[in-house]
This record gives sequence, C-alpha cells and structure tokens, in this order.
Amino acid sequence: MSVKLNVRQVGDVSVVDVAGRITLGEGSSALRDALRDLVSKGQNKILLNLGEVSYIDSSGIGELVSGFTSVRNAGGELKLLNLTKKVQDLLQITKLYTVFDIWDSESNAIIAFK
Amino acid sequence: MGDNTRHASETVERFLDSTLESVDRAEELAVGAAERAGFDEDDLMKIGMAVRESMVNAVVHGNRYNENKKVRLSVTRNSSRFTVRIADEGEGFDFDGLPDPLASENLMRTSGRGIFLIRSFMDEFQVRRLDPGGTEVTLVKYMVSK
Repeated sequence: MSVKLNVRQVGDVSVVDVAGRITLGEGSSALRDALRDLVSKGQNKILLNLGEVSYIDSSGIGELVSGFTSVRNAGGELKLLNLTKKVQDLLQITKLYTVFDIWDSESNAIIAFK
Repeated sequence: MGDNTRHASETVERFLDSTLESVDRAEELAVGAAERAGFDEDDLMKIGMAVRESMVNAVVHGNRYNENKKVRLSVTRNSSRFTVRIADEGEGFDFDGLPDPLASENLMRTSGRGIFLIRSFMDEFQVRRLDPGGTEVTLVKYMVSK
C-alpha cells in the first residue's frame, strides 16, 4: 500500500526508483529521508523515477518540491522520469510541470545532467 | 451492474479516530461508494484525493491527532449528487485566508495545495463552522447518467 524506494547508481547519477503511493505519513517521509540521505552523501545528481507511482497527494507533491529545492541548494539537480498520467495531470494543474525537468527516457535524462 | 442499482440511494456514516489510518479508511469508503455509483476511474481518483485531502485537514489541522476527538464522515448519493461530508471537532480554520498556490511567489512552497486540489476535483466545495466547535466540509460530485 505504501511506498517502496530503490536507489541505484548510473555513473555519477543516483536513480531513485519509486513505487507505490507518496502520501502524508510513511510514503512522503520515506521519500524525504532518501533524498536527504543522498544529498548528505554529496550525491546531488538525482533522477527520480516515478513510473511505478500509483498515487501522490498534496503532501507528496510538497516532498517533490522540497527535494527539488534542497538538491538545487546543494548545487545539484533533481529530474523526474516516467510520470504516470495521474502524476503528470497533478503537476499540470498545480503549475509545477514547467518547474521540474521531466524525462521519458532514462538514458537521455542521465546524459542531460551537467 | 444495472442502472437501477447504479443510481440507487446510499448512505455511509462513520465516526473515525484522528489518525492517518482513518484518512486511508475514509478514502476507501468514499471510493467504494463512488465506484458503486458508477463513476469512472478518473472521477474515482478525483473523489478519493478530495476526500483524502479533506480528511488530512480534519485529522492534522482540525483535531490535531487528538485521540479524544473524532472525525465524522458521511457519504450519500442520490440520482443527481454524490456528497461527502467530513466534520472535525477542532478550533476552526480560515479557508478564505489561504494563499493562492498557483501564484508565482507560492509555486515552490512545500504545502498549501490541499484545498486547491479539492476545489479542482469536485463540482462543489463548502465549508461551515459547527456549533459549539469544529469544521464541516461538504464535497459534491454531480452524477452523470450513462
């Protein structure tokens, strides 16, 4: 029911595969902890793969924004990969679709990191 | 499922604890009733999320997780309206004073989108103060004859 996270390294990019629901409580705090952990280790090129995310609420959206800001403040970049239609629609109505750097291809997204 | 079953009246009422588990439970109950009412997958997601966001407001901001306070959930439907009411026992909340989450200066805020999403996803959204205390929100989705 809740969220599952897996972090893998592709070159100097950390790819975080997220599956399940990013909602207030366990889901959003697990994502927050994973992103904080990466940034604290100096990993500041992060690709968040949301292809298996079935649901995200306003708290989850807040965590995406928070992660985006904290990675950028650390001198890095956070990009999003494989948005489901539901998540894409949510980012569009909240006007965040143009804020995030969003990709459909993992290899292209990785190349796009500076 | 025949049309008569789909459009029959139904009422569900629960008094829920002020916990995040209740948020999940309320969403399940409302989505189940909406499914029986014949809403499509897109509307089920919208109703579920509106209920979830309203429940979070009731549990977190209204009752502040107080174990002595309950959240009353009621789901009713008739041939024209699917209505969800969620009432807390908190001290009240100024819904009109919320900043616009779409304003450029608020776009990168990490909170403050819940009410906006509810308004976006439902056909009607009303808030009223309860006497002696608490807030009740009413969410309505119009039934569409298939």
